[in-house]
Amino acid sequence: MCGSPNTSAGDGARALILVGGYGTRLRPLTLSTPKPLVEFANKPILLHQLEALVDVGCRQVILAVSYRAEQMEQELKVEAEKLGVELIFSHETEPLGTAGPLALAKPILSASAEPFFVLNSDVICDFPFKQLMQFHRNHGKEGTIVVTKVEEPSKYGVVLYDELGCIKNFIEKPQEFVSNKINAGIYIFNPSVLERIEVKPTSIEKEVFPDMAQQQELYAMDLTGFWMDIGQPKDFLTGMCLYLSSLRQKQSSKLYTGPGVVGNVLVDPTAKIGEGCRIGPNVTIGPDVVIEDGVCIKRSTILKGAIVRSHSWLDSCIVGWRSTVGRWVRIEGITVLGEDVIVKDELYVNGGQVLPHKSIAASVPEPQIIM
Amino acid sequence: MIKAVILIGGPQKGTRFRPLSLDTPKPLFPVAGRPLIAHHIEACVQLKELKEILIIGFYPQTQMEGFVGDMQALYSSSNINIRRVKHKPQLTYLQEFTSLGTAGGMYHFRDQIRAGNPRAFFVLNGDVCADFPLQELYTFHTERPSSALVTIMSTEATRQQSLHYGCLVFDRASGAVSHYVEKPSSYVSTFINCGVYVCSMDIFTKLAQIFHAKGEEYSCLSYSCSGNGNGKEQGHIKWEQEVLTPLAGTDMLFAMPVPNWWSQLKTAGSAIYANRHYLALYRRTHPERLANVGHKRGEGDGNLICTVYPDVYVHPSATVHHSAVLGPNVAIGPGVTIGPGVRIRESIVLEQAQIKDHTLILHSIVGRGCTIGAWTRVEGTPSDPDPNKPFAKMENPPLFNNEGKLNPSITILGCFVQIPAEKILLNSIVLPHKELSRSFKNEIIL
Repeated sequence: MCGSPNTSAGDGARALILVGGYGTRLRPLTLSTPKPLVEFANKPILLHQLEALVDVGCRQVILAVSYRAEQMEQELKVEAEKLGVELIFSHETEPLGTAGPLALAKPILSASAEPFFVLNSDVICDFPFKQLMQFHRNHGKEGTIVVTKVEEPSKYGVVLYDELGCIKNFIEKPQEFVSNKINAGIYIFNPSVLERIEVKPTSIEKEVFPDMAQQQELYAMDLTGFWMDIGQPKDFLTGMCLYLSSLRQKQSSKLYTGPGVVGNVLVDPTAKIGEGCRIGPNVTIGPDVVIEDGVCIKRSTILKGAIVRSHSWLDSCIVGWRSTVGRWVRIEGITVLGEDVIVKDELYVNGGQVLPHKSIAASVPEPQIIM
Repeated sequence: MIKAVILIGGPQKGTRFRPLSLDTPKPLFPVAGRPLIAHHIEACVQLKELKEILIIGFYPQTQMEGFVGDMQALYSSSNINIRRVKHKPQLTYLQEFTSLGTAGGMYHFRDQIRAGNPRAFFVLNGDVCADFPLQELYTFHTERPSSALVTIMSTEATRQQSLHYGCLVFDRASGAVSHYVEKPSSYVSTFINCGVYVCSMDIFTKLAQIFHAKGEEYSCLSYSCSGNGNGKEQGHIKWEQEVLTPLAGTDMLFAMPVPNWWSQLKTAGSAIYANRHYLALYRRTHPERLANVGHKRGEGDGNLICTVYPDVYVHPSATVHHSAVLGPNVAIGPGVTIGPGVRIRESIVLEQAQIKDHTLILHSIVGRGCTIGAWTRVEGTPSDPDPNKPFAKMENPPLFNNEGKLNPSITILGCFVQIPAEKILLNSIVLPHKELSRSFKNEIIL
């Protein structure tokens, strides 16, 4: 163990991020931008993960993707260079599930005997990589998964484990309450785990973990703090609320203060906010965004270059890059405007999912996909 | 000398106009900033020979006396706004003891109508709105043969919609009506009765005959009851069915087709349509009543109240923030307060209502004394006549459709309704004195 807190997980640690496919659940945003590049709280989703990994001394990160995206690779390579981390794209020729990509990256992952991190790309939390490495080394077994508490465990697979963390069992969508701890999608494994996996479509949760648990080779570590799978718009917004309140606790100076701001609000310095607005709580405003006078925004993300014109009211929505929301518009109900969407003056959009480059000239009073 | 009679019915009528008629009699509902029948009176006072206007209905005297007093004061003052008025006609409200039907009321008050020996009199239904061509109608009537008792103002409707009105067949050269039927079940004619008439004084002879014939009929049928067995008084006479229909084909009934705008005001939805047309008429008749049109750039920018798209009426006692945007088709009543950044289109806001900052009001009627919070959206669905069909009239659909669901219509707030900030009220009707705490869509809120 090194003395520096930033490298205490061990210099040269490696990670694999399961990026997967097209991110269809986050459409229409992912029609314009690959999911890892979609900004969550003004930063590409993947950068949240990369930065946290770099912070604990990771020098090599493998992105397991099942499609080629030149744009994403270019942009991420630039970011990775800034962070001083080597980014390796591992392309699947067929979707390999959540375990197959590990086998595909075996030559890299087994190059060292040190354990490596694995995480789902949709997960946002206070990434506990340092404690995870510590916890993993302490029990000395093959793998550790991070578990988090949820309110409604019956929607997920829950994890049963003893007081030391040794996992006994997994129960998929339990009808009766047995536990409120679920798999958070963040793992650490010894390279020996790769012996268990072949290069074919495999589910790590269903086909790998149960065997490991049976052999008492899998431990669970409790996550403290918030956690959210932000793979779909509703959870994206919930995750943003959690992230902003965590930011309030840890780095409240990053939050925006100014006239008309209520609660936790993140505003890029290049954004402009007019007079008589009420922004917040739980709003993220991206670079070059223009909010005109008399606008009210709550629980929403406004992406780069968007314009919200005077007197409009927005709640629980994501406004896509370079979109324009007209005057006296009301948007609510998990509406997602794709890139370069125009909503004309005085319209009402409730739960609309609007595809990129669309101009909306009539109200959408009930949830609907606008092609 | 001529007179005019305005028939306004009573509180049992105009229920389709609820909840707006719950606190204000429908004939007094403000359209384009003036009570509905004030438009009738305004049309009447333009006639040189007109000496007296009689309003007949069975609303209590107390509900009408304020209005009659106001009108009387208006037309007897030297106010320059009414400089077009050539003289000062007398205005009187005559209260029926019970509903006597359209003709029964006229017959009951025949002495008042005949007093002073007028040459003829107009009859106007209180629930129609129009660019009333009264002078032309009168001239037309005087040019008919001396046998003419009644001239009907007529307009054209679509074949389908004509069934909801009185339909008439007439000779295009002479105007003589050969057939009249009220609300037929099958197509008769696209020419319909506008509820505006000129009557010769001999009509009372005809009404007397009908009254006495009915009296004899009833005394044969019934010895003990004061009524006639169907709950109607003996003096109850239906003008259309009992007078016009028998007069057709006798050379006593005539019709003058007019191209002027005309509409009935049955439902609240038609009030916004009527508002638009009366505002448009102001351009010709009273341009001084319309707000100046233009884009307001700042507080001290010229003589604009705020940014206005034509046509807009704002009562002088209303307070409108210069950053609000009004129109087209907006009427703002007395004492109304409109906050910064408010947007109102195709709507009527009644007296003392308060609209807070950034709120949007579309296709709605905001009742007296309502308060609407900031960033709220009040929106209805217009029910205007189909602009693609020639002669189409207001549809006046029923409140509920066949599935029992509320038909989308304009949004109506009864008096003193309170809506909090940041809510949406869509296609809903809110009864008076309700304090809402959440958003509503497609609901009637009791």
